Amino acid sequence: MSGPTTPGGPGETGPVIETHGLTREFTVRDGLRRRRVRAVDDLTVTVGAGEAVGWIGANGAGKSTTIKMLTGILVPTSGTVRTCGLRPVEDRRRLARRVGVVFGQRSQLWWDLPVRESFRILAAIHSLDAAAERARTEELVERLEMGDVLGTPVRQLSLGQRMRAEVAAALLHSPALVVLDEPTIGLDVLSKQRLREFLVAERRAHGTTLLLTTHDMGDVERLCDRVLLVDRGALVFDGDLAGLSRTVGAERVLVVDLAGATPDLTGLPDVRHLGSEGGGLRQRLSFDPDTTTAARVLAAVSDHAEVLDLSIEEPDVEDVVRRVYAARR
Amino acid sequence: MAEPTRARPAPGTASGSAAPAGTRRGPLARGRRAAAPYLAVLGSRARSQRSYRVGFGVDLASSLLVGVVELAEVWVLFHNVDRLGGIDFAQVLLVFGLADLCFSLADLAFGHCDTLPTYVRAGTLDVFYLRPQPLLLQLVTSDLSLRRLARAAVGLAALVAGLVVNDVAWSPATVALLLVAVASGIATFAALFVTAAGLQFFLLDGAELTNAFVYGGRYAASQPASVWSRPLVVVFGFFFPMAFTAYLPALALLDLPGSDWLPGWLGWCAPLAAVWAWALATLSWRTGVRHYRGGGG
Repeated sequence: MSGPTTPGGPGETGPVIETHGLTREFTVRDGLRRRRVRAVDDLTVTVGAGEAVGWIGANGAGKSTTIKMLTGILVPTSGTVRTCGLRPVEDRRRLARRVGVVFGQRSQLWWDLPVRESFRILAAIHSLDAAAERARTEELVERLEMGDVLGTPVRQLSLGQRMRAEVAAALLHSPALVVLDEPTIGLDVLSKQRLREFLVAERRAHGTTLLLTTHDMGDVERLCDRVLLVDRGALVFDGDLAGLSRTVGAERVLVVDLAGATPDLTGLPDVRHLGSEGGGLRQRLSFDPDTTTAARVLAAVSDHAEVLDLSIEEPDVEDVVRRVYAARR
Repeated sequence: MAEPTRARPAPGTASGSAAPAGTRRGPLARGRRAAAPYLAVLGSRARSQRSYRVGFGVDLASSLLVGVVELAEVWVLFHNVDRLGGIDFAQVLLVFGLADLCFSLADLAFGHCDTLPTYVRAGTLDVFYLRPQPLLLQLVTSDLSLRRLARAAVGLAALVAGLVVNDVAWSPATVALLLVAVASGIATFAALFVTAAGLQFFLLDGAELTNAFVYGGRYAASQPASVWSRPLVVVFGFFFPMAFTAYLPALALLDLPGSDWLPGWLGWCAPLAAVWAWALATLSWRTGVRHYRGGGG
């Protein structure tokens, strides 16, 4: 499974996702009155083959609605959408062979069956032949380190194991486009890490296009080379993560526990002192990862006091989103 | 990956050709290929129900009991009156047997369509949209209720008893009538389940309502329809053609004249009723799906 790959089969060169003025409204009941709410507002975006795109925004920003329109579940109110060159609603069944979707909240496995059995049914659903089924299952099981849970019924899996099984299930038919809706939500650090590494490797091996919605800045940093930020259904930022950080100043916070009471560390280069606790035993320092590194900050702190313990607080997506939203209002 | 523990070959592996639909193979191989996704799911459902042996046994027994109790109910009724709606107990056995057999078999394959609201809430329906098969076929083949087999056995027993105790003038025509009636009856009840499922897109909390209508239909089907009032005849005789599943074919089998509105010869029209029921079901399902996807505004 190496060498040049053409995602989604031969004859596909155009963008994987292409929307023009994509809009979706819902009618919601507000007491006795009904009113129209615009969940997706005039969205125009193009995603090329092999890109990895992080789709971020607050809850209710229209991300799930957009995914449903991209995959043919929902019909747009207006505007056009093409996924893998197909019209999602009209060509839903053909599109299903080229797209894999992982919904963090809903399962496509059979809860009472062993993982292996679920994979076998999905292989039949996607009409994989015996050789392709075996090769792909082996590849996914190995990369996702799932060999020991293949015989376990899905209902007995831990959240991390289940999520990996879900990802394998969505990728079994080698889709050209993989959409992940909150794939790391609720996972522990190690599970997150494994899943991210797998997605990076999968993309490298098969040229898979990734689109993921997330609340986790780590997902975006480690997986995505492009960020789309939506606010109330409208696209407000489209660019790389560095660009987004520049827009909002996504600073890191280094929290250090020091050996003794230390005066506030205010004069360090490229570092802003945020506050101290316990008479300076614990200090919070903020820095911009574009201008310095955690190691340099740590070295600067060590010149003043012995560091017993440390942690780095990453700005979560919520935080970045809040700052962008605040700047717009 | 370890070899599968079961000897049966994995579904979908019948042909060794490339992934997209089979090429240059007979219609049989193509058909098997097309059916593989559904058979894979149904096979797993059947295995999983049978694997809980005790639970499955209890399910079968309770299903059998309900069937027997309903049959007893009919017997009690006819114990007190000789004839109802122009037919006697022996004849109503035939009606009950036909109705119950057809309904249970339709219920076995289509009964879980009433879990649609659960599927919508759990997002399972969205998962169906992400698979390359038609939505309704996926819903129908997503499960099957093997315990209904017990109920079908009660229906079959009543039907056989009815055929034995009554004076049926057997001929190739009556045999054909019986077979056509059973096939059409199953199709008509299946259509009733699909119609209800289509309505449930609008009534996500209305499973009770659609159940009342499905089970009401079943109850109506097992009665002598000649006792119905005119509005009932219109609703369960023709609009939801329940009378065509059992009562009218039974009249035709027994060569009874029937009533003004429901003459016995209509028993031969059971396939037409099934076609009409499916037209209604298709309309209901399409409208429901459109509503779900938001295409209809």
